[in-house]
Amino acid sequence: MTETTPETRAQRRANDVVLDVRGLQKTYTGQGRSVEAIRDLTFSVPRGQLLCIVGPSGAGKTTLLRCIAGLLDVTEGEIVLDGQTVTEPPRGMAVVFQEYGRSLFPWMTVRQNVERPLIERGVPKEDRNQIVSEALDAVGLADSGDAHPWQLSGGMQQRVAIARAVAYEPQVLIMDEPFAAVDAQTRAELEDLVRALWKRLGVTVLFVTHDIDESVYLGERILVLSNRPTVILEDVEVDLPAERDQLETRSAPRFAELRGHVYELIQRAKEGHRPDHAPAGY
Amino acid sequence: MSTTNPLARIGYAVALPLVLFTLWWVASAGSESFFWPPLSDILAAFPDTWFGERITTDVLPSIARLLIGYLLALALGVALGIPIGLYRRVRAFAEPTLEFFRAIPPPVLVPVIALFAGYTGSTSKIVTIVIGCLWPILLNTVEGVRAVDEVLVDTAKVYHLSTRSTLVHVVLRGASPQIAAGARQALSIGVILMVISELFGANRGLGASIVQFQRSFAIPEMWTGIIVLGLLGVLLSVIFRLVETRALAWYRGVRDANRGA
Repeated sequence: MTETTPETRAQRRANDVVLDVRGLQKTYTGQGRSVEAIRDLTFSVPRGQLLCIVGPSGAGKTTLLRCIAGLLDVTEGEIVLDGQTVTEPPRGMAVVFQEYGRSLFPWMTVRQNVERPLIERGVPKEDRNQIVSEALDAVGLADSGDAHPWQLSGGMQQRVAIARAVAYEPQVLIMDEPFAAVDAQTRAELEDLVRALWKRLGVTVLFVTHDIDESVYLGERILVLSNRPTVILEDVEVDLPAERDQLETRSAPRFAELRGHVYELIQRAKEGHRPDHAPAGY
Repeated sequence: MSTTNPLARIGYAVALPLVLFTLWWVASAGSESFFWPPLSDILAAFPDTWFGERITTDVLPSIARLLIGYLLALALGVALGIPIGLYRRVRAFAEPTLEFFRAIPPPVLVPVIALFAGYTGSTSKIVTIVIGCLWPILLNTVEGVRAVDEVLVDTAKVYHLSTRSTLVHVVLRGASPQIAAGARQALSIGVILMVISELFGANRGLGASIVQFQRSFAIPEMWTGIIVLGLLGVLLSVIFRLVETRALAWYRGVRDANRGA
């Protein structure tokens, strides 16, 4: 068990960077107007880390994720995944979108949704069946394989999207505010599911959220972003025990401290506070 | 329709036709008018008119032309609509021309087409049906393809669906409700054009037969022809709905789920 705890892993992976974002800048241009969404982001993610990204609304969180996922061209800078510059969606990356209802194919069953990426990759049928069954089992949907997504609740639909991502066996799993639209109880269950899957699979997770509590509860590390044009306000290490529990962790004094700290940062970001070296827009 | 009992549904479907049929029967019962013969006379003329050799010489060839033209228009409309819907440049290039051709009523084209393809053969009639049915299918396909959810398209990119799979499993399936709406419009246009395409020159066919009955003052027979046309329309729409129900079951599911939420 000690082999797989995040602490020991942390030491071993110190030099093993899976994702490197260098001087990322993104400006949207169109109709003679240009909007600078991201000013300058530089950070690297060690393999196997669970990194949360928080920021005030409109902080360009989704823009950042879409750049990392290869769905959006960067204006300046570079994103390197496993030594390869990202110019299109990389092979070793899976994404769970915020809009679960719009990212599952409604004309496919739950099983077919999870299976489709594996078919495309040429995984043989028997292996496919086993991988899909395991993935559905892992998210607690073993019995819903033949249902269609729209027959399931919102939380269950997001479980399907997670199962699809897990079955894809990615190096990096990107989650864009995945639980923003589900109720609080379901949300707590899904948070624990993400922690459990992350520990079991050793996958690197980038989890974007606007929920401060969620970021502290889930993350090993939190990147707090400024308002637009985005820079990093602070890189917060979450020194909570690896074993998280909805009741215990959330009532721990350290949790409250971290939560308060991040909250303060976000409040200041909303008021337009920025680090000295990066003045706000002109 | 909320009722699920099949008997009740059939009851609902045939109630109004029965009422209209009865009204027609009663209203025309003692009719002396040459142009409005009693329904009983019309029905009496029905078997001789349509169950003889006319089925193979007129009715079936007409239906065959309709189906060939319709299916060609469906294939062509979807095949052209997908690239136009997917790529903004193709759209900018093609759309003004489409609007021009779309504004021309297909019946106007019948004599023109006949000039090139001949008055009597099947080709000119099929071409007429294709041209008429093409527009609703094409334009709806373009709109349907444009409206495919971008999150689904992103999902397809992230999970590396091949171009072919993206077209078949994402674009085509996503656009299918709108394509079906266009195909339904095209079906009724097709029936109309099937008749109109047979009106020029000496012809055989369902539509041509009706016109010949009218010109030779065989009025009850003319009425039977109109009934046959109506029944054909009902039959085609029933078949269409069966296919649509199967192919778009997911779409109704999504709609009902959204309505319930």
